[in-house]
Amino acid sequence: MISIINNLGIIIGISLMYSAPLIYTALGGVISENAGVVNIGLEGMMTIGALVGATVGYYSGNPWLAFLAAGIAGGIMAILHGIASITFTADQIVSGIAINFIGPGLALFLSRLFFEGATMTKPIPLDNKMPQPFKNILPEVTQVETIKDAMINFFRNAIFNQYITVFIAFILVFIVWFVLYKTKLGLRIRSVGEHPRAADTLGINVYRIKYIAVILSGVFAGFGGAAMSIAVVANYRATLISGQGFIALAAMIFGKWKPQGAMWACLLFGAAQGIAIYLGGTAIKVPSTLLAMTPYVITLLALIFVVGEGNGPKANGLPYEKNQG
Amino acid sequence: MKRKLLALSLVLALVLSFALTGCKPTEKAPTDDNNVTNEDTNTPDDNDAEATDIKVGMVTDEGGVNDQSFNQSAWEGLEQAQQELGVTAKYQESHQEADYAPNFETLLDAGNDLIWGIGYKLADAALAAAEANPDTKYGIIDSAYGDDTPENMVGVLFKAEQPSFLVGYIAGRMTETNKIGFVGGIEGEVIGSFDYGFQAGVQYAAKELGKEITVLSQYADSFSDAAKGKSIATNMYQQGMDVVFHAAGGVGDGVIEAAKEQNKWVIGVDRDQSDMAPDNVLTSAMKRVDIGVYNIVKALKDGNFPGGTTVTYGLADNGAVDIAPTSDKHVPADILTKVEEIKQDIINGKIEVPVNQDTYDVFVEGLK
Repeated sequence: MISIINNLGIIIGISLMYSAPLIYTALGGVISENAGVVNIGLEGMMTIGALVGATVGYYSGNPWLAFLAAGIAGGIMAILHGIASITFTADQIVSGIAINFIGPGLALFLSRLFFEGATMTKPIPLDNKMPQPFKNILPEVTQVETIKDAMINFFRNAIFNQYITVFIAFILVFIVWFVLYKTKLGLRIRSVGEHPRAADTLGINVYRIKYIAVILSGVFAGFGGAAMSIAVVANYRATLISGQGFIALAAMIFGKWKPQGAMWACLLFGAAQGIAIYLGGTAIKVPSTLLAMTPYVITLLALIFVVGEGNGPKANGLPYEKNQG
Repeated sequence: MKRKLLALSLVLALVLSFALTGCKPTEKAPTDDNNVTNEDTNTPDDNDAEATDIKVGMVTDEGGVNDQSFNQSAWEGLEQAQQELGVTAKYQESHQEADYAPNFETLLDAGNDLIWGIGYKLADAALAAAEANPDTKYGIIDSAYGDDTPENMVGVLFKAEQPSFLVGYIAGRMTETNKIGFVGGIEGEVIGSFDYGFQAGVQYAAKELGKEITVLSQYADSFSDAAKGKSIATNMYQQGMDVVFHAAGGVGDGVIEAAKEQNKWVIGVDRDQSDMAPDNVLTSAMKRVDIGVYNIVKALKDGNFPGGTTVTYGLADNGAVDIAPTSDKHVPADILTKVEEIKQDIINGKIEVPVNQDTYDVFVEGLK
């Protein structure tokens, strides 16, 4: 019983740590796609965010400044995507792919510029990383003997040891949900994604709303990257962001383009990783390659059986041209 | 229509700007010493050694020449060869797998006498280049073709199990909980030699101390997923392991981060990783690619290039593999003295370090 509680704490802790960067990025996808702009460039925006976060964090020693800078950097990348796909009505997929190429290339270039030619940034000391605000609330348990010890350990590992980026991620889920469904701006974003012409005739500036949504999505993806580089680890290297942006994209679709849905999908993905890692450390002999596949298999199955079709914004992916049609 | 054209040209501009940043020629030598270099050939201006007309080139993998790992180490070996042997050295960086073959081609066209492929990922491209150009010499790091090695090619391997054994011994001596972890990248022959060498070292220490130490080895199935490395290591530390050794590339960043957060011991790999976490990196199992590269260039200059063979470097070869020089920071002197003795035993063949499950079983049998 004691070890079950203990291990459950570890699994939940891993799941939350793993999902947090995905949640930021998936939220970015939710905002952009609800405004009708497909954003597969999330990965590239995340990469830039991760690099800028690690760089600013290292030089300034201020994690909040780093986090903010990462968001801005992601936003700037998103402006490129916006110019190509909104103003010039380019194919959103092509533009997104270009962003995914520019991101890592630019990150490499910048990292060489700022770190004397090195392709990885210097590690940030623990004190200058994102804070773990609740770390010292519960006492450290070295010997777990009673249920009470196990419970303390459970809460420490599952929640109290988490970086603040994890808590912010969940707060942002609520904020994005609130903005999308309870405010005028959210209604406009969604109307632009569903039927831009109707929105236009009602006097909404479709281009402006789309730009706002796309830039916000870049900001969120940048946060996601920084959540990797200044919270999960303490430095950027070229392989740090390898696929998270695409997983977040899948999570957003899996979550039916809704912030809370995307959050659950990211959590499911994190939990699958957590369980796989826990099982890999036990005597149960499951091939680790199979375990490594499970999160992706779950995602695929969920996409096939749970999501179905016709849930996305109607005008998603279609460029809007005011003077045509 | 006009808009479409505009959009198209914009996308083109985006892609091209990537291509430009991505293919930025490497004009700067990577070390920050004042080694002034010529833009095209990276030749030092002041050259003490007698000049020869031997030209050596190397192709990096995606890590680039400043990866603070084996690519950088290889280039340092070539830089040393430039200064001491008077050869001319040059590198080409790969940014994706598709760059390997063209990079070999570029260095061939530049008239290099010996061209290196750094890392096993370049094994196929290097072999193809060697077979197509029998007049040029080729070398590959971390890969071997056995009897199929062309006459103009040499494979360079490192006995990773030897430094792993040494750090395993240190881990075994340092552990207080008698539980030790190993985090591997992707299961296979190369990482396997780290894994079993390490476990053997731990068991050697366990026997010396007369206690039982268990080693859990877990693979991340990735060399890049730092979050996974952190998760695995966090889990290990929580399960009571107090020393963790990683051989997992980028995954290791997460392992080291977990050690920092939990304030436990971690052992680095390939290079001295103590800069990543000075208070928590106990030691590192180092692979001196620079020494391997330098030795082969020297052999070429001396006219005995070991073409058609695989050269394997171990402790006996000038410290081509070793533990990190900063180990004395955390490891007590008496343990390090013992490590030196073990080194000698390995060099003398008194200790046969296992490289896979079969040889490991034999080794453990022999300890009893």
